[in-house]
Amino acid sequence: MENMVNIYLFGKKYEVPAGLTIMNAMEYAGYQLIRGCGCRNGFCGACATIYRIKDKQELHACLACQTEVEEGMYVATLPFFPLVKQIYNIEEIKPTEQIMMQLYPEIYSCIGCNACTKACTQKLNVMQYIAYAQRGEYEKCAEESFDCVMCGVCSSRCPAGISHPQVAMLARRLNGKYIAPECGHLADRVKEINEGTFKQLIEDLMQKPVEELKELYNNREIEK
Amino acid sequence: MYKIDKYNELAEIVAAKRAENAALEPRRMTAEEKDTLLSTFHPDYKEGEFTVLQAGKNKGEKVPTQLAQLLQGHSRISAADVDLSNPDYDTDVLIIGGGGAGASAAIEADEAGVKAMIVTKLRIGDANTMMAEGGIQAADKPNDSPAIHYLDAFGGGHFAAKPELLEKLVTKAPEAIQWLNNLGVEFDKEADGTMVTTHGGGTSRKRMHAAKDYSGAEIMRTLRDEVLNRGIPVIDFTAALEIILDENGRAAGAVLMNMETKALMVARAKTVVIATGGAGRLHYQGFPTSNHYGATADGLVLGYRVGAKLLYADTLQYHPTGAAYPEQIFGALVTEKVRSLGAKLINIDGEAFMHPLETRDVTAASIIRECSERGKGIQTEQGVGVWLDTPMIEYKNGEGTIEKRIPAMMRMFGKYGIDIRKEPILVYPTLHYQNGGLDITPDGMTGVENLFAAGEVVGGIHGRNRLMGNSLLDVIVFGRNAGIHAAAKAKETEQPKNLTLGHIEKFDAELKEAGIETDTVSPKLLPDYARKA
Repeated sequence: MENMVNIYLFGKKYEVPAGLTIMNAMEYAGYQLIRGCGCRNGFCGACATIYRIKDKQELHACLACQTEVEEGMYVATLPFFPLVKQIYNIEEIKPTEQIMMQLYPEIYSCIGCNACTKACTQKLNVMQYIAYAQRGEYEKCAEESFDCVMCGVCSSRCPAGISHPQVAMLARRLNGKYIAPECGHLADRVKEINEGTFKQLIEDLMQKPVEELKELYNNREIEK
Repeated sequence: MYKIDKYNELAEIVAAKRAENAALEPRRMTAEEKDTLLSTFHPDYKEGEFTVLQAGKNKGEKVPTQLAQLLQGHSRISAADVDLSNPDYDTDVLIIGGGGAGASAAIEADEAGVKAMIVTKLRIGDANTMMAEGGIQAADKPNDSPAIHYLDAFGGGHFAAKPELLEKLVTKAPEAIQWLNNLGVEFDKEADGTMVTTHGGGTSRKRMHAAKDYSGAEIMRTLRDEVLNRGIPVIDFTAALEIILDENGRAAGAVLMNMETKALMVARAKTVVIATGGAGRLHYQGFPTSNHYGATADGLVLGYRVGAKLLYADTLQYHPTGAAYPEQIFGALVTEKVRSLGAKLINIDGEAFMHPLETRDVTAASIIRECSERGKGIQTEQGVGVWLDTPMIEYKNGEGTIEKRIPAMMRMFGKYGIDIRKEPILVYPTLHYQNGGLDITPDGMTGVENLFAAGEVVGGIHGRNRLMGNSLLDVIVFGRNAGIHAAAKAKETEQPKNLTLGHIEKFDAELKEAGIETDTVSPKLLPDYARKA
C-alpha cells in the first residue's frame, strides 16, 4: 500500500498518495478539472491555490501543479481573481513616472505590509517591484518581476487593492519597447530583407534537387 | 541533494568526469548513422503504434492510433442541435484558439480594420506558446542569413518541408522579432543592443533569441496584453465543436460550447482561423508530455471532418529532455537551452555519449538507444533516464550563469530539493510537438475556402522534424500571416448565407461505408485524468 496522506479539498477530506502534486491529488480524488489548470508546468498561473496546514496559523499560496500535498492540508483553489487591467496604446504612452500615476494610481497607496511578497507563488519580491514602479524605475521593475506568472495571489492579499501583475506587465512592455537598447543588427537585417537582398539566394536553394541540398547540409560549416 | 541516495552516488561519477567531459567535443553523427539510429529507435518508426485512415481526405495514410480514433470519431453534436439562422456571435474573422498564433492573428486582423474574435476552451495564454522556454530563431546577425536558416531547417526536417512555407518562415523571422520587440517583448540583449543568441540543436549559426528561459511566456503575456488593449473580444472557456460552412462550401463560423455550462452557441464569421495547437495530451505511445492541458488535437479534428487535408500527421517530436525525475514533474520540459549553454548528456558510467546539439529527433533516439539497447540508463520510479550535466554550465561559463539564463529550470527542480547548479538532472524524451497538421497555402488557407490555420495545428512548415526555436517563430510568422490574409479575405466576402452542418452527416456516411463502428466522439477537448472510483 502506498504511503497515503489526508488532505481537505474545499474542506472535504480525501485520502491521496503522498508525493502527488495538489493538482494530481485533485484528479486522484476524481475531479475533472476545467478551471484552475493550464500548462501544468508552472508557467501559466492558472492553478493559483491557497492552503493552510491543519492546526497551524500560517496561510500559504502556491501553484497546484508545482506543490506536493502534505498531511492535513486544507486547499482552496483560486482559478480566477479579478485583477484590474488598464487599457492603453503602447505606441502612444511613454516610460515616464506619470504614466503609472495615470494608469495605476493605487500603487501609491501601498502601505508596505509586504503581504504580496509573502504570498508570491514564484517567490518574487513583489513589494520591491511595486516600489520601483512607484519611482518610475521600469527597468528594475521589469527585472524584479520578470518571472511573474500573473496568478494574482499577491493581489488577493493586498489591502490597497493593487493589481501587481498588471503593473509589472506595463513596466516590462515599457522597458522592452522604450528603455532597453535598440538592436542595430536587427533593424539592418529587416531592411536588407525588404530590399530583397536574400531573395535570389533562397530561390536558388528552393530550386535545387534534394541530393544537392543534402550535400550542402551535411557539409555546412557550423559556428563554434 | 536527491532524496534517493542511489542518485547522489551516481551523480558523483558524473561530477568526477565533469572536467574531462567539458573539454570533450563529441563527434557529430554522419547522415547514415542518423538514418539508422532514427529508423531503429525513434518512436515515429514503431509500426504497431499507427493506424491507416479509412475515411476523409487522407484515406490510406497512417497516423498515430489515438489520433485516428479521434479523426474517425463522431461529432459531439448533430445538425439539429443548433439554430444556424440565429447566431449568438457575428464577426468578420473568428479565431479558434488563444495561444501565440491565435493572438498574433487577432492582432493583425484588428490592425487590418476588420472585426476579430477569439474563442478558446481555456483562457487566452493557456497554450504551448506560454511554455516555450528556450527561444526563437531569426537570422539577424551579420554572419547569418535567411538562406542559412533555410538550409538548417530544411535539412533538420529531413528535406520534407514545403519550400514555399519554409521560405516565408525564415524570411519573415527578423521582422517577427522586431514586431515583438516593438510590442514591448523583452529580449536578452548586450548593453549595446546586440541580441544575446545561442545555438539550438541542428543550427549552424547562433540565432536563438531568448528572454531568459521564459521566452514563450514573455511573448505570450505581451500578446495577450495587446489583444486586451485592442478590445478584441476573447470568449474564454468556450470550445469550438464543429466548423460551419455556407451554401458555397466556404467556412462561415463554428458551433461553440461553454465548457462549464455545456451550452451550445453559434458564431458566424466571414473567415475562420484554426489556431488550436498540438496534441501532446493524447500521450501517443504512452509518452508523458511537455504540453499544456488542452493539447488534444482538436483543430485537426475540426478541419479534417469538414474536408481539410492533413500533411505529415504521422510525425511527432519527442523532446529529448523531459524530466525523468522527480515524479511530480515527470515529462516536464527541460529546455534545450540547457544544452545550448554547455550541458552535456551523460550515461550511467559518466560518458558523454553524443554531441548534445544534434537535432531533436536524433538526440531523442540516441537517448532511447542509450537506455534500451546499450543498457546505460539510470532506472527511475517512472522508467529510465540519462544525466543532463547542468553543473557543467557553470563550470564552463562561471557561477551565476544558471540563475541568470535559466531561472525557470532552477526553480522547477529547486522545489524538489535538487540544485541544478550543483547536481546533474535525469532526463528522458517527452512528447513535445506535432510536426504535422493541416496542410496550408502560403496565405495560411487550408483546402477549405475561407478556413485558415496557423501555429502548431499546421503541418509542412518544418517537414518531419522541427528545430528548436522555429516553433515560437512559426506561431508569430504564420499567426500574423493568417490574420492578415483572413482579414483580407473577409473584406471581399459577403455575409455568409444558408449556413450548414451538412458535413457531419456526410462524414458519418463515409465512416459507415468504410465499416468503421466507434463510440468515440471528437474533438476530445480535455484529457481524461480524473480517477474513476
